[in-house]
Amino acid sequence: MNWHRYASPANFKRLSDRLMPWTAGGAAVFLAIGVWTGLFASPADYQQGETVRIMYVHVPAAWMSMFVYANLAVAGAAALVWRHPLAEVAGRAIAPVGAAFTFLCLVTGSLWGKPMWGTWWVWDARLTSVLILFFVYLAYMALNSAFDEPERGARASAVLALVGAINLPIIKFSVDWWNTLHQPASITRLDAPAVDPSMLVPLFAMAVGFTFFFLAVALVRIRAELLERRLEALRHARVAGSTIVERA
Amino acid sequence: MKLPRARTAKRRRLMILLLAGLGLGTAAALTLTAFDDHLVFFHTPSDIAAHKVPVDRQMRIGGLVEEGSVERVSGSATIRFRVTDLEHAIPVTYEGVLPDLFREGQGVVANGKLGADGTFRANEVLAKHDENYMPAEVAEALKRAGRWQEGAAKPK
Repeated sequence: MNWHRYASPANFKRLSDRLMPWTAGGAAVFLAIGVWTGLFASPADYQQGETVRIMYVHVPAAWMSMFVYANLAVAGAAALVWRHPLAEVAGRAIAPVGAAFTFLCLVTGSLWGKPMWGTWWVWDARLTSVLILFFVYLAYMALNSAFDEPERGARASAVLALVGAINLPIIKFSVDWWNTLHQPASITRLDAPAVDPSMLVPLFAMAVGFTFFFLAVALVRIRAELLERRLEALRHARVAGSTIVERA
Repeated sequence: MKLPRARTAKRRRLMILLLAGLGLGTAAALTLTAFDDHLVFFHTPSDIAAHKVPVDRQMRIGGLVEEGSVERVSGSATIRFRVTDLEHAIPVTYEGVLPDLFREGQGVVANGKLGADGTFRANEVLAKHDENYMPAEVAEALKRAGRWQEGAAKPK
């Protein structure tokens, strides 16, 4: 398959036109199922009571914070090695979305931690590494727009995204490598998941809904970014054109 | 075979990227190995029994609240209990409000100082939740069927 075909803005517009209703529709359907089952059609936990429902936002947000970052790193590699213009645009477009998911994860975790653990925040390995992920997102966004030429910003932030990718396995395995207050993984373990099936339904519905939501928002943001660049190019062309006219 | 120049440039950039990634990965792995036990959020009663932990310094201990060990001192807010990792146990005293999840057999992390008498004086007690999520009916059914092993699981 020739991926370069999708790298051209015109082809991307056509592709995103076709994908947009599916991703937006998927997000609406799965988030509706997730919210309904999560809030009404699932049981309270035997120990946490109703507070367990925070998990249906917290865990998908945490997964998305890492999934979006993985995308950011891949886009960074593509921007550095193959100099794909679309990879640069994609990285710039999805970074704020990933930062928002990370923020949501941190806030909902804090809201759960206060009644359950008895504290809003502790400096254990899991919480700290996720906070670092949030700061890396912010640094990426700052670095990306710190240069006058968007290309230089894209390259510098792509390097940052790749260096920061080392944090992903640390986040994932922090609960296994060190004693943490945060509980170990419930879903991705070798034996069966330690979550009751009645609670897995809202959890996975929300996770799928979050993924579709991310794809839809990413498509919109990439298209907006492409349009903005085109507008900028046109403006430059016009300014250049008018000076030529003045000189003549 | 000679590659077109654009392709060799791409290949070179890819090689640089992979080498840099390898170097960074190795550096990170070495750093994390060096951190080893110093990144722990809490020490276990076994660590303390093995004298791996300094006395009279602020630190955290973690483990399970020993079954039947919780007693409230009458006339005050002081609570005594024992924290165990099923090999060793440490007596803890604490004065204050306990989190919702604090109960016998549950994981707990206490922040405080280890006295010379071996009693841990906590100024903060946090409940540690395990990775199990289930409705109350399922928990009841498991207990009835004798397949309940909450207190038997080693805290992580």
